[in-house]
Amino acid sequence: MCLGIPGEIVEINGNEARAEFWDVEKTVRIDVVDEDVAVGDHILNHAGFAIRKIPEEEVEETMEIYESFLEGDEDEALEEIGASDGQQLGIEGR
Amino acid sequence: MASTADDGDGELQFRDPEKAEQLTEELESLMDDIGEPVNVMHVCGSHEQAIAKFGLRSILPDDLTVRMGPGCPVCVTNMPEVDEAVALAEEGKIVATYGDMFRVPGTEKSLADAKDEGADVRVVYSASEAAEIAAEEPDREVIFFATGFETTAAPTAAVLTADPPENFSVLSAHKYVPPAMEIVAEMPDTDVDGFLAAGHAAVITGYGLFEDFVSEYDTPAVVGGFEPIDILFALARLLEFIRDDEAGLANAYQRCVTEDGNVPAKEAMWEVFDTTSGEWRGIAEIPDANLVISDDYAHYDARERFDIDVDAGASDPLTEDCICGDIMAGKADPDECELFGEECTPQDPVGACMVSSEGTCKIWLEYGGQPDL
Repeated sequence: MCLGIPGEIVEINGNEARAEFWDVEKTVRIDVVDEDVAVGDHILNHAGFAIRKIPEEEVEETMEIYESFLEGDEDEALEEIGASDGQQLGIEGR
Repeated sequence: MASTADDGDGELQFRDPEKAEQLTEELESLMDDIGEPVNVMHVCGSHEQAIAKFGLRSILPDDLTVRMGPGCPVCVTNMPEVDEAVALAEEGKIVATYGDMFRVPGTEKSLADAKDEGADVRVVYSASEAAEIAAEEPDREVIFFATGFETTAAPTAAVLTADPPENFSVLSAHKYVPPAMEIVAEMPDTDVDGFLAAGHAAVITGYGLFEDFVSEYDTPAVVGGFEPIDILFALARLLEFIRDDEAGLANAYQRCVTEDGNVPAKEAMWEVFDTTSGEWRGIAEIPDANLVISDDYAHYDARERFDIDVDAGASDPLTEDCICGDIMAGKADPDECELFGEECTPQDPVGACMVSSEGTCKIWLEYGGQPDL
């Protein structure tokens, strides 16, 4: 799905950040995100770039939608961030 | 004009069966008011995926047709663009691209075929990963075969504005959706009564972008999300416009899409790219819908840097029977294609719609197309 994958920023280095997606850390670029982001913020990751800072009040709901979508199978989301085994890297929804 | 899928108590229940039933009853009622068949087009492969995965067509009113338009970026990448990438790979350069471009057939071969024959083709997840390869291999030329709509064009632009390595360049096949919607709106055979606009392209561009479109083409448009309730809700808003004979615009995906969109991403995109006329695979030559690298960034443009020698062979005769173009123009469904699921499969695709997880043919094959429940 092309929802973008929500993750939490754990470290920032210039225009890059490390973000955690279901216990997997990936580097994402933060130079085209729509607002300034800080450690602890959640972002929507799309093809390695944060394209939206998720407003604080929407974080829980966004994560719930994802948990529901994944139905316990995190591989689908991890595939989209290029972090699973046997991944088919796609550009869905771009 | 803006609407929301919020159920009123602050909780969004995107798969609540009761809510879905209410919305389908609303759709039936609206169709009764309209009193004639309605054709709606969505412009996003992920909408098709959600519609097929959740079997939504089986619960829609019989005379409401929802078809996919040119919303699969892999599918609309033109064969000569694939040929250019293949030619560069065959010249010994590193070509990096997204995974779902890997097996898309060019005139003679795909990048996967070129790799099988020894070319250095890398699958990357992002434009910045391609630039990292260039940094790791300073003695090689690394070309990012860049495809996709606004949501990937902006990241490609961001990489180019951040001074990537000199041995990095971009072969742009990026495309810009709004002009394609205009072409489809003008196609007499397609006869679109309303557009369900792509939610995530609109995260970048903002829904306000469609204001001119709806007034110029006198066709309503609603930006929609990707959960079942999102889609049913957006369809209901579209049918309201159609019933009222109003070329209105609504944002039914407020939790992600704003009127102005992502301004820094748009600024990066328009700093790096200009629009030009170009062929969308199987659809048409579309004015101002291809994104080419602007003069200021020409030194990162693979077409400027290399004399690309496209050695295109004769088209595969099967390709001529492929109806991907009609499918993406909203004129046909995949099961009308003689090749569907027989000569054309995800393992051995003839047309681009069978390659990407965003392609209608692959989606229909995976989820059973239009289930008769």
